[in-house]
Amino acid sequence: MAHSTIKLSAESFEEEINASTEPILVDFWAEWCGPCKMIAPVLDEIAQEQAGKLKVAKLNVDEAPAVAQRFGVMSIPTMIVFRDGKPAKRLVGAKPKAALVDDLAEFL
Amino acid sequence: MLTTDVENYPGFPDGVMGPELMQSFRTQALKFGARIEASRASRVDLKEQPYGIWVGDPGATNPTYRAETIIVSTGAKSVMLGLDQELDLIGHGISTCATCDGFFFKDHHIAVVGGGDSAMQEASFLSRFARKITVVHRRAELRASKIMQARVFANETIEFLWDTVVESYIGLSSLEGLRVRNVKTGQKSTLDVTGCFIAIGHTPNTGLFKGQLEMKDNGYLVTRPGSTRTSVEAVFACGDVQDDYYRQAVTAAGSGCMAAIDAERYLEGSSWGTSHP
Repeated sequence: MAHSTIKLSAESFEEEINASTEPILVDFWAEWCGPCKMIAPVLDEIAQEQAGKLKVAKLNVDEAPAVAQRFGVMSIPTMIVFRDGKPAKRLVGAKPKAALVDDLAEFL
Repeated sequence: MLTTDVENYPGFPDGVMGPELMQSFRTQALKFGARIEASRASRVDLKEQPYGIWVGDPGATNPTYRAETIIVSTGAKSVMLGLDQELDLIGHGISTCATCDGFFFKDHHIAVVGGGDSAMQEASFLSRFARKITVVHRRAELRASKIMQARVFANETIEFLWDTVVESYIGLSSLEGLRVRNVKTGQKSTLDVTGCFIAIGHTPNTGLFKGQLEMKDNGYLVTRPGSTRTSVEAVFACGDVQDDYYRQAVTAAGSGCMAAIDAERYLEGSSWGTSHP
């Protein structure tokens, strides 16, 4: 798929965030988190629909705990939108697609 | 949906992940032609049929949907303490989901508020991560089952603060502590925690139906015994929103099937008289 969700790692995180010309939403998630699994397909849809305006990426906190800690993530799913390499908005918890799109309106 | 592992759903001897079970329900319903639209209803009008359901602006003249029959399955949600800053600190130290957030509290001192089975399950689970857990409970004894009590009392990581309530949260950008008060002595103190997991029970999501459907004092919808019929004709209720007693995934699924049959028979115009409860 052309505009699917990007998988980030501790190594690629910095480069992807800084290189992105569009705002980039990073979903901090883990395998053992139920609400994260609920929101994953919604984020995939948003990635497809908003291609060109907003990038969507995922970071597994089990694999990159230091990155999660650096951004003070204490609950998942946490979604942070980075613009010009800096956190611009932070959303916590799963929610219906319409509510999520509303929360992201300033980037779309 | 906050339960991750479902251990007691029939047909899954090794347990099943809640989200996977839900995904399977969804796939199966779609296979039989169900149309699923994920939106939040903001208002309902049950005065006359077809009933109105609003999505978005509740002040709009026309409802988004009209229906001859409605099945209500809005479930129940965790009760919060309702203190200042609580919503701002969710995700910054305050949590209602131990399985989601325990990982972030490795070697922290955290509080669990509540005295029932779910509070004790949270405390037990969190003891895998936390350095120390303080259970804050407003009474001098637990409401949790004997087996859960034995488990937490044997756990050296878990200590108890009896007869105690949380008065306020300390911390602006993230939780730094709790101000607590002993309800017997009135003595106030500070609990030095960076995490606070709240497990003080559930409340049904019935605000939407206030004044329109009959409810018990605790807000749960009243259904006619042996059926899913509410106080309004052709409005049915199933799952946790009408069940403050069994509250199991399998009983919710069972009552969902009952509601589907009740609604279908209603639409077919079959008689409600003799054979139906």
